[in-house]
Amino acid sequence: MPQGPLVYRQRLVTRVTHWVWAVSLFFLMLTGLQIFNAFPSLHIGKEAGFDYDNAILEIGAVEADGELRGVTRVFEAEFDTTGVLGVSGGEARAFPAALTIPSKTSLATGRVIHFFFAWVLVGTLALWLVASALNGHLRQLVPTWADLRALPRDIVDHARLRFHHRGEYSVLQKLAYASVLFVALPLMILSGLSMSPGFNAAAPWLLEVFGGRQTARTIHFLTMVALLGFFAVHMAMILLAGPLNEMRSILTGWYRTEEERDV
Amino acid sequence: MFDRRKFLLGGAALALSGCKVFDSATEGDSALRKLFASHESLTQAAQRALIGEKLAPEFSEADIRQGQRPNGSVNPDGADYRRMAEAGFRDYRLTVAGLVDAPQSLSLAELTALPSRTQITRHDCVEGWSCIAKWQGVPLGTVLKMAQPKVTARYAVFHCFDAIERSLSGEVFYYESIDLIDAFHPQTILAYAMNGAPLPVANGAPLRLRVERQLGYKMAKYVHTIELTDSLASLGFGKGSYWADRGYEWYAGI
Repeated sequence: MPQGPLVYRQRLVTRVTHWVWAVSLFFLMLTGLQIFNAFPSLHIGKEAGFDYDNAILEIGAVEADGELRGVTRVFEAEFDTTGVLGVSGGEARAFPAALTIPSKTSLATGRVIHFFFAWVLVGTLALWLVASALNGHLRQLVPTWADLRALPRDIVDHARLRFHHRGEYSVLQKLAYASVLFVALPLMILSGLSMSPGFNAAAPWLLEVFGGRQTARTIHFLTMVALLGFFAVHMAMILLAGPLNEMRSILTGWYRTEEERDV
Repeated sequence: MFDRRKFLLGGAALALSGCKVFDSATEGDSALRKLFASHESLTQAAQRALIGEKLAPEFSEADIRQGQRPNGSVNPDGADYRRMAEAGFRDYRLTVAGLVDAPQSLSLAELTALPSRTQITRHDCVEGWSCIAKWQGVPLGTVLKMAQPKVTARYAVFHCFDAIERSLSGEVFYYESIDLIDAFHPQTILAYAMNGAPLPVANGAPLRLRVERQLGYKMAKYVHTIELTDSLASLGFGKGSYWADRGYEWYAGI
């Protein structure tokens, strides 16, 4: 395919905040799993049911024939997840050591690192939002009507792995990035804050919106899963669209476009 | 016996375990830990600015769907406490001492005779669970005013009957502290009743603290002495609470 000119696509503030988020989300997820391990179930409602059942996910360990088995229950379905969930490395723990920070069980340490990076994430998001509003980057993320009309075609192109290397983002890219930045991350922050008894006093209405602290906790976890899904697709797209060019653009800002001919 | 499956899983875990690099953060005096823990003062300042004097959410009777799950110590076994519990806490006295002009020694009858506050609130454990219950007690502010805190007093320290830890070096009795902002908050009460009945032993009988805008570990159970101080340095390892001395936040609003 004929090469087009190099264009300056990502400004410094866009690149720096991108990498700070990448690092922060890595720590937030793995310390989050450490925190989850202290109470490895997800509930719907204001409180966690002990005398009644309002759990939609439960990870536990049971002893059968002198052997520990990991059991994961999703709604009414039970799965043997020995080795990964419930029991791993010979001990009873919901998520395995390899997926938690720190690797050993330490709720206190998990919390301290989690809240540190939560502040880093919130701070860099605020910085990014202000800078992007001023430098016009925000507008590049919002799909236009023309973009939306081109959506079916962009979906077909992506499905055929035919990527268009332009200076602007494609409509699917815009939708993906915008839903992470304007939906998933704000949802993560607000659902996290709704688990804070202090913040509940400041904004009881937010607790109502989420439908109670335990529902907020469940939403916090599910949003993490959604972000993980974004990450997987994000990585796949980079590999498929040309990893060197993509990495160059998020490291240096410069992106190689290609000549496009109408077909 | 050689368990191949376990061996393989162990190997896989080890290979994946890049996270061990951060295990040094579990040590209280590491530079990494200090950096991460710096969030606490920011969190406290931000929450205080946002919350002010606002109240924690309160719930309705219909929200009480189960008993209050006890945590930490559930049955102190000290001889003094056992004897007192068997006698229905008739001999119990709450001591208010330290930086006060009028030290107090109050019986349960005297405490229950004071104007009380009843609140249905959600108890949030640091582990992640929550439980809603109705608490009745005397506002801590009422008791502190009776004791007339000196102007130098900054913290209320709670000393408890329960030995939370036993080691060769002796017993560690639970201790906790809050500052006077939380101590005089209207929802901060010394509870003697729960869900319409006298406070059960498992939940901290005869008297436990409720600090509704913070996590469960701040709400000391089995309280026998409230000490007003101007510093937390000489308490435990100097962080102000049993759990704060073990890496948890002293300000537990999150």
